[in-house]
Amino acid sequence: MIPVAVTTNPLDVGELTRHVSQDGGLGAVSTFIGLVRDNNLNRRVTHLEYEAYEPLAVKALEQICDEAAREWPGVRLAVHHRVGRIAIGEASIVIAAASAHRAHAFAASRYVIERVKQIVPIWKHEFFEGGEVWIEGAIADPQDEAARLEAVRRACA
Amino acid sequence: MRVTVRLFARLRDIAGSGELTRDAPAGATVADVWRGLVAEFPEMARYDSSISSAVNADYTKMAAAVAEGDEVAFLPPVSGG
Repeated sequence: MIPVAVTTNPLDVGELTRHVSQDGGLGAVSTFIGLVRDNNLNRRVTHLEYEAYEPLAVKALEQICDEAAREWPGVRLAVHHRVGRIAIGEASIVIAAASAHRAHAFAASRYVIERVKQIVPIWKHEFFEGGEVWIEGAIADPQDEAARLEAVRRACA
Repeated sequence: MRVTVRLFARLRDIAGSGELTRDAPAGATVADVWRGLVAEFPEMARYDSSISSAVNADYTKMAAAVAEGDEVAFLPPVSGG
C-alpha cells in the first residue's frame, strides 16, 4: 500500500491502520476520517466533487508527513485523500498515525489534517439545493512557518 | 516561448478549460504569465492577492522565471480535507 495517495476510489481506514501498525514497538494508532456533511453555512448539501492537482498534492502530503516525523520522531503515518464525486456520509480523507504512545499518535493525526487544509492543492466543489460553489479556504504557501506552527499548536492543544 | 498553463477549481471554470497553451516572452516570470491570463480573463483579477503558483508540479514564487515547455499552474485558495 502507498502510505500517501490521492485516489478516486473509496477509502479504507482499516487498510491504512494495518499499514502503520506493522511494528511491535508501537502502542497507539490514531485515525482521522473526514466525512462529507449534508449541510454547510445553512445550505443543504447534496454531494461534493473534489479536484486535485495530483502530482503536487502527493508531494505536499509527503512534505506534511516528513514535517510530522520531525515533530514527533518515530511516528508512522499514512494519508489518503479521495477526489471526484463523493456522496454524503462518505469519507473524503483518512489519516492513520501510529506511535509508541498515544500523545504523539493523536498529535500527528491532528497535525496532518490541519496542514492538509493549509497547503495541499485540492478543492471542494459543493453542490447544494439551489446551486453550487467552489469552496476556497487557505492561501497555499508551504514555506509559511507561522502557518506550520499554528498547525503544531492545534495538534498539541 | 510556449508554456502550458494549468488552472483549477474556479479558475478553470472562468477559463473554460483546465489546460491552456500560451506564449510568453523570453525572461518571463510566473507573475508575467498570470498578468497575461488576467488580461485575457478579467474575472481572475480578484485572485491577484490569493493565488499560489507551481512550475512543473513544484510550488514556486510568482517572481520565478519560466522556461520553454514549463507547466505553470495557478492555484486558488485550497479546500481539501
